[in-house]
Amino acid sequence: MTTLTTPTRPGHDARLRPVPWQRMAWVTWRQHRAALAGVAVFLGAVAVYLWLTGLRMHHAEAAYCHPASSIACAINFTGKYGETVIIVSIALQAVPALIGAFIGAPVLARELETGTFRYAWTQGIGRLRWTVGKLVLLAVTVTAAAGALTVLFAWYNQPWAAAGYVTPFSPRVFDLLGVAFAAWALAAFAIGALAGMVIRRAVPAIAATLAAYAGLAFATGLWLREHYITPLATSSPNPPGSASVISGWYTKGGTFAFGDHSTAIVNTVRQLCRAAGGRVRHGPHVLQQVFNVPQCLARHGYTRWASYQPGSRFWPFQWIEGGWLLALSVLLLAATVWLVRRRAA
Amino acid sequence: MNMNVIEASGLGKRYGSTWALRECTLAIPAGHVAALVGPNGAGKTTLLNLAVGLAEPTAGAVTVLGGKPAGCPAALDGIAFVAQDTPLYQNLPAAAMLHLTRNLNRRFDQSYAQARLGELGIPLNRKAGRLSGGQQAQLALTLALARRPRLLVLDEPVAMLDPLARHDFMATVLAAAADDGVSVLLSSHVLAELERVADYLILLSRGRVQVAGEVDGLLASHRMLTGPAAEADRYADRPVVHVRRGAAQAHLLVRASADDPVPPGWEAHPVGLEELTLAYLREPGAAALPGPARGRNTQPSEVIR
Repeated sequence: MTTLTTPTRPGHDARLRPVPWQRMAWVTWRQHRAALAGVAVFLGAVAVYLWLTGLRMHHAEAAYCHPASSIACAINFTGKYGETVIIVSIALQAVPALIGAFIGAPVLARELETGTFRYAWTQGIGRLRWTVGKLVLLAVTVTAAAGALTVLFAWYNQPWAAAGYVTPFSPRVFDLLGVAFAAWALAAFAIGALAGMVIRRAVPAIAATLAAYAGLAFATGLWLREHYITPLATSSPNPPGSASVISGWYTKGGTFAFGDHSTAIVNTVRQLCRAAGGRVRHGPHVLQQVFNVPQCLARHGYTRWASYQPGSRFWPFQWIEGGWLLALSVLLLAATVWLVRRRAA
Repeated sequence: MNMNVIEASGLGKRYGSTWALRECTLAIPAGHVAALVGPNGAGKTTLLNLAVGLAEPTAGAVTVLGGKPAGCPAALDGIAFVAQDTPLYQNLPAAAMLHLTRNLNRRFDQSYAQARLGELGIPLNRKAGRLSGGQQAQLALTLALARRPRLLVLDEPVAMLDPLARHDFMATVLAAAADDGVSVLLSSHVLAELERVADYLILLSRGRVQVAGEVDGLLASHRMLTGPAAEADRYADRPVVHVRRGAAQAHLLVRASADDPVPPGWEAHPVGLEELTLAYLREPGAAALPGPARGRNTQPSEVIR
């Protein structure tokens, strides 16, 4: 069939102009505005809370904590808000997971579950544009929202960071600061979208998203992050205050003797310092109380080393974490689009 | 218009180890209301999904609207599909469904859609999920027709509807076919409905095409012979599609035209579409297919028994 036979319908030729991308903005908004509004209300409430508490914290810090060692500071600032700030920072870790579960997972899972993909994927726009348009718009929205919350949290956390109560490497705050929080929100959304496409049902996809996100976030905080850049090592008893100490070990005569938490340390200290100390009980922590372990070992020619990440590496670490999370998200979203394209009804 | 709205050659679709559709070769010319019938699991939905680009063939190929690959942008643009159980976003009002469909397509006849929903008494502000089954089906059909498609594909559109809603729905489909020249392909279980609407029949059985052709041609080339039951077997060599034996009389559905001679003692009657379809459904081994010039010669030219 050529254009010649149907001159009144020029749209049917091979050079068909596709439905413009911008149309997906309205479609995405109309279909997901309830979920987006829910997230906006939730994040808005969190933001208002951070702002109000943050204001009081800033005032207390300014009024009582110069010098920071004063008793007034301990009573009115650290004592009063110390617990709150810990609870808040732990609770905020859940925000990306919620975004992934309640925005990411249902996007495709609900279409597949209710059968509406048969409507959506047979419209003139085509399923590729439909999927890419939706995923990109929602991904940008949740990333921007998380980024805005990061700015607020950095301000909220500032009195504590400035006074050295929390290093920026602390797993409690590292992924709430810089670019990491936005990157985690994006990754959670991508995990959710892919889980929804693979599992095809909303509730199991939500559960899978929460589990996958939690696993990834814990693994990163516990094992991965400290290896982004090779740590520095020092034999100085006091590494720089902003540094994050990863592990410690002892050497004797230039060779490795034992790690901080090994059983060898228990036996060595028992042998070397039995005479000097009192009763020996089991376990390294008990040992620590009975003997002064570093002193004992130092007397016998052992040197204690610590490996650490200096505070100046905060931004390089942020970019590394943001970078790999962005790459992962793009990969997951691309996989989702690929699955949509090849999925057989 | 000398064009095939759907053309399949050696088309097959396998899910896991089960073939839902096999070696399906057919051509449906434009300008028909074509009915796709067959028992459950015959592959009707699979064939429709392949034609609208929702599924990818495992074997063979399917083209639409005169040779366009199924699922390509031009194919999506020219085909409107109403899936089984007419999926709609249950939480969106009818007006939002219109707006959504308008945004997802190059063409959308908003005034037609609004006028039709008005005629049907479907309130624009009512959520799709709160409409009755018949209204949901009508809304889905309105969305499809407002796209001004050249081919309308309907999967079991009336299965869930009561007789009145079914009648109204099919009336809309027929009006679109007659007034706007839309070609229609619909799958259905409801054989009685087909007699009224379909002028082209495709019968699928066990994943293969058993009968395909224009209804007039099929009816003209089949006769029901009624005669003594004892003599029924004498006609085994004739192209008998199906034998139904009574106590005294046997009814033979045979391939024969009106001027073929009738054996002495036997009577010949014309057959209806439902009767013809049932006979073929009961005899999955029989087939009536168009000859090798697919799509042009739609007269059944061959009988396999």
